[in-house]
Amino acid sequence: MKLKEQYAALKTIVIKEVLRFLRIWLQTVVPAAVTMGLYFIIFGNLIGSQLNDVSGIRYMDYIVPGIILMAIINNAYANVVSSFYMSKFAHFVEEMLVSPMPNYLILIGYITGGVARGLVVGSVVTLVAMFFTPLKVYSVGVVISVVLLTATLFSLGGFINAVYAKSFDDISIIPTFVLTPLIYLGGIFYSVDMLPGFWQKVSYINPILYMINAMRYGMLGVSDIDISTAFVIILLFVIVLFAYSLYLLHKGVGLRN
Amino acid sequence: MTLALDISNLSKTYANGAEALKGIDLQVEAGDFFALLGPNGAGKSTAIGIICSLVNKSHGTVKVFGHDIDSDKEAAKSCIGLVPQEFNFNQFEPVIEIVINQAGYYGMPRREASERAEHYVQQLGLWDKRRTMARELSGGMKRRLMIARALVHQPRLLILDEPTAGVDIETRRSMWEFMQETNAQGTTIILTTHYLEEAESLCRNIAIIDRGKMVEHTAMSKLLLMLHVETFILNLREPLQQVPQLQEYKLQLLNETTLSVEINKQQSLNQLFDELTQRNICVLSMRNKTNRLEELFLRITGNEWK
Repeated sequence: MKLKEQYAALKTIVIKEVLRFLRIWLQTVVPAAVTMGLYFIIFGNLIGSQLNDVSGIRYMDYIVPGIILMAIINNAYANVVSSFYMSKFAHFVEEMLVSPMPNYLILIGYITGGVARGLVVGSVVTLVAMFFTPLKVYSVGVVISVVLLTATLFSLGGFINAVYAKSFDDISIIPTFVLTPLIYLGGIFYSVDMLPGFWQKVSYINPILYMINAMRYGMLGVSDIDISTAFVIILLFVIVLFAYSLYLLHKGVGLRN
Repeated sequence: MTLALDISNLSKTYANGAEALKGIDLQVEAGDFFALLGPNGAGKSTAIGIICSLVNKSHGTVKVFGHDIDSDKEAAKSCIGLVPQEFNFNQFEPVIEIVINQAGYYGMPRREASERAEHYVQQLGLWDKRRTMARELSGGMKRRLMIARALVHQPRLLILDEPTAGVDIETRRSMWEFMQETNAQGTTIILTTHYLEEAESLCRNIAIIDRGKMVEHTAMSKLLLMLHVETFILNLREPLQQVPQLQEYKLQLLNETTLSVEINKQQSLNQLFDELTQRNICVLSMRNKTNRLEELFLRITGNEWK
């Protein structure tokens, strides 16, 4: 395919994916706003007002970056896992597989869809957060890069999950039993410095800890982790998962007999 | 001679050990209307899946208009339009979007894709339903939607895997006409169907696959000449109590006013009627017991005929 044709093909997947989640915005955009709003009310306002500052930051402000990123992670993942699995389940993934589109375009198209939903939901949650506390941005560049890289990473995760999934149960197992615990234990509501030594070390093997801290640094200028280490780790995960996803597509795992 | 499809020694063994294809060879000339027949599980859909890159082959080569599906995949894929057996579109998308998206996957800019999609949606009689969600279409409309989608990038080779399954007679006839027009405009068509009447009236050449092997690959006219015996059903005016004794014919009384008779190539119908008339048996009407191709098909795949 020529470059112009590749652009047209990619644009087609992206438009399709964005229209898909916008068409069902009540299921895809609103729930995150409601849930995260409840977090702000309960943890930020009611409980947070009783707590001391963390790393010199008011508790409400401290949890905002993590909550925004949690919404982005969940939605980027959910978008790709459900959309790609549905296309497998109902066989319309074959529309793309019979076309001359290279595998990397299919992958980039789905990732872009996931990132787009992550950004839309992330923006809505940010707006909700602004009802409770003024928005703070310490470094726009760091915030944008963390958001884009994290959304890309979890879109890739959703894609791999969808490739291996054989039933609807399989697309909810990973988010429920892996993703959610990792997010909650990634330091959204606390600083790892508050944990005993052993659990601090355990926390450092959780990749989400690095993302949340990088986001917190971008918004508030504080982090439990060196920011460059966080970026290297996120980037490394993105590269490995991208390469692995391409390999799966090339082999046709879960797609071709 | 340009070959639209050139398959050589194609085999497929699935992970569970099932051998779906056992080294088949198949050549389809450009511009042909070709029937690919076989009983259920014979390997037709596997072969089609491999041609369209939906199934990984175990061995062999496949070339589409000279483009190898391994080394020149994109060019090979660009030549093919597929109408699969099962509905494989997003049931929650409007008809027009499904066709536009398919054009997009082939690299067509949005505006051109919309124009093409509108053209084919109109041609397939779906214009009034273009904004309707695909799940709300009738079975026949869904089949037509898949044909519009397969044609939107104007493929040189159109593969139709049982395109008229489950559609009413009127729709089937209009689909036949459309397929014939498409073929007349230069598109090579490969058709699989269980309606052998459809294959006989539309296709010029035929291949029959059985248990993963190619058991016949010839011109339709030549194949039909191989039919040695035809069975006719005669409807009689007066009821009969017993089978008339005609030495040269194999007769069977299906009920008291219906007679079945087998006639081979050397026998004539005139002689049969003469003998029946001599016995005061009046025939009101006559029909073939089965479609001629169907009879051949059953013999070939049943291994009764050589």
